[in-house]
Amino acid sequence: MKLHQLSVFSENKPGHVIAPCRLLAREGIDIRALSLADTERFGILRMIVSDWRRAKDLLEQAGSVVKITEVLAVEVPDHPGGLADVLEAFIGTAINIEYMYAFPFVRGEKAVLIFRFDQPDAAIARLQERGFQVLSSGALEER
Amino acid sequence: MNTVTAGPTSAAPFQPESAPDYLPAAILRELQLGRLRSIVERAWSNVPLHRTRMTERGIEPGDLQSLDDIAALPFTTKTDLRDTYPFGLFASPMQDIVRLHASSGTTGKPIVVAYTRQDVDVWTSVMVRSFAMCGLHAGDIVQNAYGYGLFTGGLGAHYGAEGLGATVIPISGGNTDRQIMVMRDFGVTAVCCTPSYFLHLIERAGQLGVDIRELPVRAGVFGAEPWTASMRKRIESAAGIQAFDIYGLSEVIGPGVAVECPHQDGLHIFEDHFYPEIVDPESGRVLPEGEEGELVLTTLSKQAMPMIRYRTRDITALMPGACPCGRSLRRMRRIGRRSDDMLIVRGVNVFPSQLEAALLEVEGTLPHYQIILTCQHGLDQIEVQVEVTPEMFSDQIGVLERLNQRISDALEHVLGIRAQVTLVEPLTIQRSEGKARRVIDRRRVQP
Repeated sequence: MKLHQLSVFSENKPGHVIAPCRLLAREGIDIRALSLADTERFGILRMIVSDWRRAKDLLEQAGSVVKITEVLAVEVPDHPGGLADVLEAFIGTAINIEYMYAFPFVRGEKAVLIFRFDQPDAAIARLQERGFQVLSSGALEER
Repeated sequence: MNTVTAGPTSAAPFQPESAPDYLPAAILRELQLGRLRSIVERAWSNVPLHRTRMTERGIEPGDLQSLDDIAALPFTTKTDLRDTYPFGLFASPMQDIVRLHASSGTTGKPIVVAYTRQDVDVWTSVMVRSFAMCGLHAGDIVQNAYGYGLFTGGLGAHYGAEGLGATVIPISGGNTDRQIMVMRDFGVTAVCCTPSYFLHLIERAGQLGVDIRELPVRAGVFGAEPWTASMRKRIESAAGIQAFDIYGLSEVIGPGVAVECPHQDGLHIFEDHFYPEIVDPESGRVLPEGEEGELVLTTLSKQAMPMIRYRTRDITALMPGACPCGRSLRRMRRIGRRSDDMLIVRGVNVFPSQLEAALLEVEGTLPHYQIILTCQHGLDQIEVQVEVTPEMFSDQIGVLERLNQRISDALEHVLGIRAQVTLVEPLTIQRSEGKARRVIDRRRVQP
């Protein structure tokens, strides 16, 4: 259920995000989803990739600081209010969304969003209880 | 893994060379006075600078009646070595000199130092005693990663380890991957280098999947730059070794002036060859035992280049009381800072060691850092670049911003001024293979 997201520290300078992307490309690792969180001085490149263990090793060997975080890929109905419905599921719970970003491909009528929850297991239970589909990494391959 | 079993690892056998470490104090003082008189006589007779300075003060070598009389002698400074470049302070003719070393000379001309055959023997003997004090012995395999060449570290440690009967690997500095391969494949039991380079070795070994804790290495003899107690803790836990601090300087002899015993509470000075005083860096007044000030050293046996009251610029104190190891040699506190290291930023005195302590307080470990000083609109700016480590990294912006803030607050607390903290990617701060370069001062216009 949970996906392994790679986060890479990057200075906010021209060209600094390219290096890890190039490295993964050269090694035939596919970046499925990506988000760049940035401040004036530094950024965090977050990625869902086809082979996270190998990607982590490769990036670390190249000198990057890499952190693995468990995130959830959730199917959201691709119509107005679809996202609001998912978010509403957590109102009144102790579960927090740390951040989220969109998966670039649409599965049929559904969009896919990546969520970073503070309590991923509780979030899975809640989402399933509300009838939302939490995708496995295998399901992302089928896009 | 391909490791070789090292020789005896039990308590080190007593080395005959170490006998002077245990001289009764009264005999040691008598020996010092006798040697002081003859070295001052030698400097007076053979080195114009020393003779002129003493004459100006109305002093003659015969005036030295007790060790306390040394306070009347003039100081010698690094500037004197530069002004008399290259051979002006030599007290021996060149045919008696068997070795020359020189400093790297980062500012202007280097300083040149000389050794007679006897000086090399004395240097070897203090280095043998240094290694013996750190528990090394015949059968140890010593990886000597101090630079070989004009720098005294490489050859000084080499002669000492060889004199001890250990197996020396004269690998010199640099080529980090090969250092790690040698450490693993040759069954190295002790390493000598600068502490900052050893930290780099630990870091690189980790990347190569080598855990130094699992290798037979049990001791490190680190020197040539000041390092903190926390840096030692980090080295000892990450490498599973005991890390000893060794002190020395080329102007006096090289490494082997003072070193720690296994109690690691201060460095024993080889007082039979080097006479220590602590003085007020401003007034030059001799300070009583226990008070912090600048270390001043007089060589008691050096033939080629006697040093009379040499101002080391290193800040320390002589420690009162006896060491549980039983040596009668007095101890000095570890050098935390040099009076030269002091930076003046917006009129405030800043020591890199203070900054290091603040970083440690926040992080628990010492990340690689660099201080960059610039001047904008006539105002000094201090930037501290800190490499992000896996321990401090987070996938959340807020966590990193709070970390940045905490470091910034801690620095302001110790320095009294606000520093710009910049988190940078790993391995972007240049690593040293010798002394770490912690400060980049861009305030002065390049000539």
